[in-house]
Amino acid sequence: MSEPLRLTGISASAGYAEGPLFNLEPVAARYTGKATSADEKAALEAAIGVATGRLAGLMETADGEAAGILEFQVAMLEDDALTGPAFAAITAGQPADAAWRQSLDAEIAGYETSDQDYFRARAADMRDIRDQVLRALTEDGEAVAPAGAIFYGEDIAPTRFLETDWSCGGGIALKAGSAASHVAMLARSRGVPMVVGLGVAGLGASPAHLAGVALLDAEHGGIVLSPSKAEIDAFRRSSSSFTARRDRAQTYLGKPAVTKAGTAVRVQVNIADPSDVDGIDISTCDGVGLMRTEFLFGKTLPDEETQYRAYRKVLEWAREKPVTIRTVDAGGDKPVPGFTVEEGNPFLGLRGIRLSLARPEVFRVQIRALLRAAMHGNLKVMFPMIAVMDEYQRAAALFAEEQAGLSARGVACKMPPLGIMVEVPSVAIAPEAFSGVAFFSIGSNDLTQYVMAAARDNASVAHLNSVRHPAVLRLIASVAAFGQAKRIPVSLCGDAGGDPASIPVLIEAGLRDLSVVPAQLAMAKAAIADVSV
Amino acid sequence: MSASAEATVLISHEVGLHARPSVKFTKLAKTFSAEVEVALAANGPWFDAKSIVKVMAAKAPKGTMLHIRAKGDGAGEAVDALVELVRRDFDEGADHVRTA
Repeated sequence: MSEPLRLTGISASAGYAEGPLFNLEPVAARYTGKATSADEKAALEAAIGVATGRLAGLMETADGEAAGILEFQVAMLEDDALTGPAFAAITAGQPADAAWRQSLDAEIAGYETSDQDYFRARAADMRDIRDQVLRALTEDGEAVAPAGAIFYGEDIAPTRFLETDWSCGGGIALKAGSAASHVAMLARSRGVPMVVGLGVAGLGASPAHLAGVALLDAEHGGIVLSPSKAEIDAFRRSSSSFTARRDRAQTYLGKPAVTKAGTAVRVQVNIADPSDVDGIDISTCDGVGLMRTEFLFGKTLPDEETQYRAYRKVLEWAREKPVTIRTVDAGGDKPVPGFTVEEGNPFLGLRGIRLSLARPEVFRVQIRALLRAAMHGNLKVMFPMIAVMDEYQRAAALFAEEQAGLSARGVACKMPPLGIMVEVPSVAIAPEAFSGVAFFSIGSNDLTQYVMAAARDNASVAHLNSVRHPAVLRLIASVAAFGQAKRIPVSLCGDAGGDPASIPVLIEAGLRDLSVVPAQLAMAKAAIADVSV
Repeated sequence: MSASAEATVLISHEVGLHARPSVKFTKLAKTFSAEVEVALAANGPWFDAKSIVKVMAAKAPKGTMLHIRAKGDGAGEAVDALVELVRRDFDEGADHVRTA
C-alpha cells in the first residue's frame, strides 16, 4: 500500500467524487500504413466519416452550449479547407495519420497564437477534432473508462466529456486545464466535480498511486491518491454534507439572505469577465460586489471603447443594482506584458493602485471609460492595494480631471462614488485616515496573506493562510465597526465571503455585505440562514 | 455578364465572429450558388465565406466592419441575406444570455 499523495488545484466545478483514476494521456498511436496513397486517402476519409458520425450521434442528445460546440466541430470536419491539406500531403507520400496530424497542428498553431482569448481557447476544440480522427484511424480497442471514474490527465476534450455517462458519478482532475474552458462550463451546468491546475506535482505519482481509488474534492480543489482509511471516512462525510447543503441551498437562491435571528445580509457576486453575468439571474443577488478588470489587460492594453463597452454591459445587466468595478489590479501574481514590471518580490511591489499611479497614461484611459459607463447604471469604483490616503487622493484627483475634460468636450459622463479595497494591513489597522472615502471593500485574500505573511499560492504555508485567525478577524471587525460609526458602507469580496465555514465568523465580526463567486451564491445564502447572530 | 454585389456590416456580437455565428454564417452562404467572400478590410485579404475554416481564421472581433462580396447567380440576395444575419446578431441574442 503506497502512502497517500495529496495534490491541490483550483475548483472549476464544485462537488465530490470517489473512484478509480482513468488516465487521459493519449496512448501512442498504432497506425498501420497502407500499401498505396489511394488506400491512405480512403483510410483518412473513412476515419473522418467515423468521427463525424460520432459527433452527429452526440448531437442528438446535446442541447444549448454542448450542441453549439458539436455543430462547430462537424462543420469543421465537413470543410474541404480543413481536410484538403492532409489529402495533399498523402498524395505527396505521407501516411494518413502523419498527414492529418501535421495539417491539423498547423491549423491549431494559428489559434494558439491569436491575441484574443476567445480564439486562443478554440485551439482546444481543434485539438479535439484532430484527436477524434486520429482515434478513428488507429482504432484498436480504445480504452473505456470504468463507470464513476475520475479522469486524470493534462486536459480533457469537450467530446470526451459529452460521451461520458456521468449518471453514476465520476469527476475530472486536470494537471493543466482552465476554469474558463468549454468543459468547465459544461461540468458546472451538469454538476460534474472538476479540479484544474493540479500541476506538475502529479508527476510524483507512482504507478501504484494511479492504480488505486482516488478522492476528488472539487469543493476546495484537491485530490488524494491512495487515501488512508481515515481519509476515506472523512471524505465521505464531507461529500454527503456537501450534497445535503447543495440540495438545500438551491431553495435559498431566489430569496433574500437572512440569518436565523432575522439579520438581513446583502449577497453580491464577484465577476472576472463581462460574460460571467450571462448565466446569472440578477434577481438572485444584490449586485456586483467586485468586477475585476484584469481580463481586459491581456496581451495588449485595452482602448477606452473596449473598456467602456465591457463596463456598460454589466451595468445594464444589473439594472438599478450597484456594480462595483475595481480599477486594474495588475502586478503581484497577475503580470501584464508592457504594463507591470519584473520585481523580486512582486506582492510587495508595484501592483494595484501603485502601478496605476505610476502609469497615469494607462490609468486615465480606464478612468474615462468608467466615467462614461457610469451613465448606464449604478456604478461604484474602488482602488486596489491602497496603503495611504495620499494614493486615494491622487486617484480621485485624476477622476476629477478626466471628468472635467470629458464634460468640456460635451461627452456624457458621471462621477461614481469612489471607494477603496481594504487589503493592506495599514488600512485595516488605522482606518481613521480614510474617513473621506465613499466605501470600504475588504479584500480578505490579500489581507490574510499580508497579515499572516503566508502566500496564498504556496501550499507549504497554506495552514497559516486562514481568514479565521483571530488577528485577521479582529482587523475585519474593527473595520466593520469603524464603517458603522462613520456611516461608511463596508463589504467583503474575498473567497472567505463564499466559504460556508467562514461566513458565521464574518457575520459575527459585523459584516452585513458579502460578495461571492456566482457558483457559491446559493450555498452562501444557505450558510447565512444558519447563522444565529 | 454575371451579377456582383458588395456590402459592409458592423459585427456587434459580444465575442465577434466566433464558433457558433461562423457555423450559421457559412451555412447560409452555402445556400447560394454565387461565389461569396468576406474580408476585414476593403482591400482584403478575402476569405471564402462558405468555408468555416477560412471564416474562423479571419478572427473578426466585436466591433469589426465585415466586408462581404459576391459574384454570380443571386449575388445580391446572398450579400443581403448575410448582412441581415450579422445585423440580427446571428439570432443569438436571447439564446446567448441564457448560457453560463
